[in-house]
Amino acid sequence: MNRFATLIDRLAYEPRRNAKVILLRDYFATTPDPERGYALAALTGALSFKHAKPALIRTLVSERTDPVLFGLSYDFVGDLSETAALIWPVAARPQDEIPEQPSLSTVVETLASLSKTELPHRLAAWLDALDETGRWALLKLITGGLRIGVSARLAKTAIAALGPHAPDAIEDVWHGVTPPYRELFAWAEGHGPRPEHSDPAPFRPVMLAHTIEEDDFDTLDAKDFIAEWKWDGIRVQAASARDEDGRVVTRLYSRTGEDISNAFPDLADALSGIDAAIDGELLIIRDGVVQDFNTLQKRLNRTAVNAKMLAELPAAIRAYDVLFADGRDWREEPFVERRARLKRLIREHGSERLDLSPVVPFDDWDGLRAARRDPAALGADAKAIEGVMLKRANSTYLPGRPKGYWYKWKRDPFTVDAVLMYAQRGHGKRSSFYSDYTFGVWRAGPHGDELVPVGKAYFGFTDAELRQIDAFVRRNTTNRFGPVREVTHTADEGLVFEVAFEGLSRSTRHKSGLAMRFPRIARLRWDKPPREADRIETLETLADGAAMRLAAPSEPDERTS
Amino acid sequence: MRPTDLLKVLPQGLYCPPADVFIDPVRPVERALITHGHSDHARAGHGAVLATPETLAIMGVRYGANFAGSTQAVRYGESVTIGDTKFSFAPAGHVLGSAQILVEAGPLRIVVSGDYKRAPDPTCAPFQVVPCDVFVTEATFGLPVFRHPPLGDEVQKLLRSLQQFPEQTHLIGAYALGKAQRLMALIREAGYEKPIYIHGALETLTRLYQAHGVDLGDIRKISAEDGTLAGEIVICPPSAIQDRWTRRFADPITAFASGWMRIRARARQRGVELPLVVSDHADWEDLCRTIRETGAGEIWVTHGAEDALVHWCHVQGLRAQPLHMVGYGDEGEAEPALPHDSQQASGAA
Repeated sequence: MNRFATLIDRLAYEPRRNAKVILLRDYFATTPDPERGYALAALTGALSFKHAKPALIRTLVSERTDPVLFGLSYDFVGDLSETAALIWPVAARPQDEIPEQPSLSTVVETLASLSKTELPHRLAAWLDALDETGRWALLKLITGGLRIGVSARLAKTAIAALGPHAPDAIEDVWHGVTPPYRELFAWAEGHGPRPEHSDPAPFRPVMLAHTIEEDDFDTLDAKDFIAEWKWDGIRVQAASARDEDGRVVTRLYSRTGEDISNAFPDLADALSGIDAAIDGELLIIRDGVVQDFNTLQKRLNRTAVNAKMLAELPAAIRAYDVLFADGRDWREEPFVERRARLKRLIREHGSERLDLSPVVPFDDWDGLRAARRDPAALGADAKAIEGVMLKRANSTYLPGRPKGYWYKWKRDPFTVDAVLMYAQRGHGKRSSFYSDYTFGVWRAGPHGDELVPVGKAYFGFTDAELRQIDAFVRRNTTNRFGPVREVTHTADEGLVFEVAFEGLSRSTRHKSGLAMRFPRIARLRWDKPPREADRIETLETLADGAAMRLAAPSEPDERTS
Repeated sequence: MRPTDLLKVLPQGLYCPPADVFIDPVRPVERALITHGHSDHARAGHGAVLATPETLAIMGVRYGANFAGSTQAVRYGESVTIGDTKFSFAPAGHVLGSAQILVEAGPLRIVVSGDYKRAPDPTCAPFQVVPCDVFVTEATFGLPVFRHPPLGDEVQKLLRSLQQFPEQTHLIGAYALGKAQRLMALIREAGYEKPIYIHGALETLTRLYQAHGVDLGDIRKISAEDGTLAGEIVICPPSAIQDRWTRRFADPITAFASGWMRIRARARQRGVELPLVVSDHADWEDLCRTIRETGAGEIWVTHGAEDALVHWCHVQGLRAQPLHMVGYGDEGEAEPALPHDSQQASGAA
């Protein structure tokens, strides 16, 4: 347990992706089976412990500590598991009586069969044996609070780094293996056979697009491409097949391969008969109208969905591609062939929950530019469209983001002029730079106009611009709160950003009542006094559904990211 | 004589009326006794200063030779009598020269411990228990969640990271007086023999430690020719971590050596990637143990998390009260808490 605890303790503070991969790889390389396999399961969310609840931890701790001291400590620390781990009393014992520390494997295997009544005693004995970090890791693990910024994809990349295989190869076998993943590690390290799929409906690594640049149009021939709308939902993969016993297995995956079937039970029926794997966009389609992303968001990141939500926010898949059908892999076929097969599939199995992503007709780039500017003119649900996709007609389906095959051409972002209010230091390479910016717009306050924060952005600027902003922040600091600096923001003095963003929605979690989607710094407006920045009313109008441009994009070219 | 006749709290600090002296006054006074060299305890501008020779030397390099009208050195184990009051100095184990001051009048014994710790520290004399009637203690880490981990583990965390990330500079924030030098000594104890690089602001105090016979190995002030120092250890004052000065280094991993690093949220707020729980203050267990070992029946708590420690004393049947002293904790390990709205400000989206 302690080695695992040390690993996740370190991972929790590490902002750099590459460093996380190294930490994981080193751990996997030096930790035996089945311990490393359970660690992998814990990190990828494949473990759950139903009996361990925060209330149990609270009870165990309160039986052992002074309530006043516990209360003061909890107030100070602010996290129950961490407080419990730190305050847990350790009895002084003679050297030879120090209890053996449980391994992660012991914890996982014991909890799998332990009854609810036996749990408190066993948990207490483990907590007695572990050190602070070990107790913290154990409590976080069993209460499901192990949020340390490791995605399944990252874990797979670390496994790939153990041996000769690419991350996508790990992905290919991933859904056929189970904890503690002995055969996966053996194969990844190059001394075991490739694990065979036992999963009839596995995830297949997704093909992604590059952002198109203005010069690309000079070299690309419009005739080689097929265009589709870029739907503003979440990219998913749906797979359905029969297992060895003839039962239908249906799964819905996110684009990183997380199984999200449970969050969308309303899609199960629509998908169960397709006997294929398809790539598509998950959307909310109500009365035939595709809803915007904000509406979809209400159904995301939920472990349980209720009937009301299912009725009001019906999920649907708009299919882009077919990867597997007729008992064979279709990924080697050209896109036009796959699309023809997909069309047939939708004709047979389509419903209001499953339809085909239509193509956007165009003759040349100017024609497509016009379509992209006004999807509604072509009868599309413009609020749910964030641009167009270009796919080379003869492209095979390649995992990752290969160059030259698929392009995304996003619509122009919304922009707003906002004033820099607070700046925070970044991480890693940026730790000496104030690189995370909170910006605000004007609203009427009790003492005249005041700035209210509406968003935070930490990219979009060049390295040279970062240096300029950093210097500005240091010269114009009015207050310091730990790593955060408040920066001059009066009507006459301050820095105005042109902020680009993809959308806005009402939010009770933000002071301004608005949540901005994907904000980034588009331009530094050194020329503009803060008094000329935008007002909250403008943003509110947008959030309430007026799909208008706040301002013309400052330059004719794309500002996609 | 009642304890409060011998020592009381005035706005300037702890005052001893029969001898007319202050201990660690926060404002300039006529006569001051200083427990140790941290700037919140040892300030410039007093008339006469009485302290250990090491503390006087530290004040000298920080404030210049004329930091007080006159000075008098008192070694550990020595005493000075002013009128009917006797003041004796005993090691506090906090930093080089740090002392507890025993104040005696007749049979009454009060110990002002200043800041102290019980954990091993190769750079200063170890804490000595001084039996007394009233024990005046700090409570910087006065909550039972503070149990400092074994030092070896923390240093290993650093050395392991150096092995795993040999292309990156390991930049450690550590307070200039005490923590930085202790860290160097601990790293040496773990067998690390390469040069340790330091920020210019650490130089005079580090050289002072070495001049007092503390072996720190090869310590080098960073110069322009040193390049990016990839894979090397660099120690700097905490404030320098966010300084433009750090841009010279190879994708630095930022570490911070402090008892506060025990609390994850604290480490994250500071953007620390490698928190090292190394403290020059007593943790909860050592605060409690020390109180017991002094045999004192009455405990005065100067600064820190006094509520919890006072509560604990009451449960033990000891008289205890917070002194609500202001002005301490500006250097060393105390740090200003984040005001509530900065979180909102930084998390607005």
